[in-house]
Amino acid sequence: MKTLRVNPIACDGHGLCAELLPERITLDEWGYPIVDPEPIPGSLELHAKRAVAACPTLALVLARAARGAVAR
Amino acid sequence: MSALADDALPAARLPRLLAGLRLDRAVSLDEHLARLGPLPRVDLVAAVEASGLRGRGGGGFPTGAKLRAVAARRSRPVVVANATEAEPVCAKDEVLLRHVPHLVLDGAVAAAAALGAREAIVVVGADAADAHAEVARAIEARAQRRLEPEVSLRLAVAPPSFVAGEETALVSFLSGRAAKPTFKPPLPFERGVGGGPTLVQNAETLAHVALISRFGPDWFRAIGTADDPGSALLTVSGAIRRPGVYEIALGTRLVDLLAEAGGVTATPQAFLLGGYFGTWVDAARAQRLELSAEALRPVGASLGAGAVVVLPASACGLTETARIARWLAHESAGQCGPCVHGLAAVAGALDRLAACDGKDMRPQLARWLRQIEGRGACRHPDGSVRLVASALDVFEREVRQHLRGSCTGNVR
Repeated sequence: MKTLRVNPIACDGHGLCAELLPERITLDEWGYPIVDPEPIPGSLELHAKRAVAACPTLALVLARAARGAVAR
Repeated sequence: MSALADDALPAARLPRLLAGLRLDRAVSLDEHLARLGPLPRVDLVAAVEASGLRGRGGGGFPTGAKLRAVAARRSRPVVVANATEAEPVCAKDEVLLRHVPHLVLDGAVAAAAALGAREAIVVVGADAADAHAEVARAIEARAQRRLEPEVSLRLAVAPPSFVAGEETALVSFLSGRAAKPTFKPPLPFERGVGGGPTLVQNAETLAHVALISRFGPDWFRAIGTADDPGSALLTVSGAIRRPGVYEIALGTRLVDLLAEAGGVTATPQAFLLGGYFGTWVDAARAQRLELSAEALRPVGASLGAGAVVVLPASACGLTETARIARWLAHESAGQCGPCVHGLAAVAGALDRLAACDGKDMRPQLARWLRQIEGRGACRHPDGSVRLVASALDVFEREVRQHLRGSCTGNVR
């Protein structure tokens, strides 16, 4: 299963991701994406990939569900 | 020096880290070695794992697991002793470096030797001139003695910003880039200073490591609680007779710590536990509390970086929190939108509440706090959210009073 993650340092709040994947991404009042951390089901994967590809700053990533963190 | 030799093998009592401490100057290398002897060769990773030591820099992560994670990497690691301590209400690491610098250096060297690291870097804050001088002198003394020719000790000064002490920010700074947090992964144990796996440990944590390597995990566990063993340094400030740094056995009751610090100077209203990323706890609830991770968890608190601030009944907790929130917003690294905009908005709303301007900002605050959490590259927004959320809870009556236009505190 894959999940969507935003690199908040790279993100400039263009907001394209929320337009392309409103099922999983909303914007806060400053225009930055709030991403649903649940795994992306197969039915949404294509849309998720499209949102990732559309990000002008490459801040959105679709990756395998996070490994257990070893250190904080 | 014979007086020092008396507590050569510290029993199950305090002080441990602060044993043999002199107020006028740092313990010299000769005095340090006369009291504790040289670092023994032990399986340090196993000993620290068995000790149950948790990091004393704020995160509380098990030190043994962090050591193990770095030890499992294939390339040569680097050790970083983090003594940046940019929190205004914390002074413990500075006290350690000013008075017992060799204990911290021992811990860094022991960790480096155990991991096969050739370099250990001690990073101090920009405004810690005395600590800097003592560490420089201590490193020089060890080099002259050729105490550990296999490990090179280096001293670095972090830029004067709060987030510079965050571990990925430190790694970035020590690698020649900006002292700002980076996106994770990679974590420092995967890719740290100069690209190598890096162990970043708080200075106090390393001082405990120095003692664990000598006296073993059972000795370490002889005080403290099962889940949170050993001793810890706490910086006590606010309405207290003798503010300063105290070493307690974890699990000590807050009342007993306050008594040791000379007692409170005014009726306490609340306590800020853990520092600026910490939690306000109502005084009635706090007094009997035991200071350990498991006892504080149910009230949503932790010891964080070891700060305890006593807020007197005459002060306004809301005004105090607004001031801290403004400072935290200002200290954002400025990299992540939710942190930059969110913390500024939260600070602004608290300012309005504190100033009794009549507008009920609570709904907005609740929404922002919910939204900001977990959305930065580091935990700066999360720590700030935690502090403000606890303030809105503990000072709820004060907030309602402000909405009616009056403030209990002696507003300046």
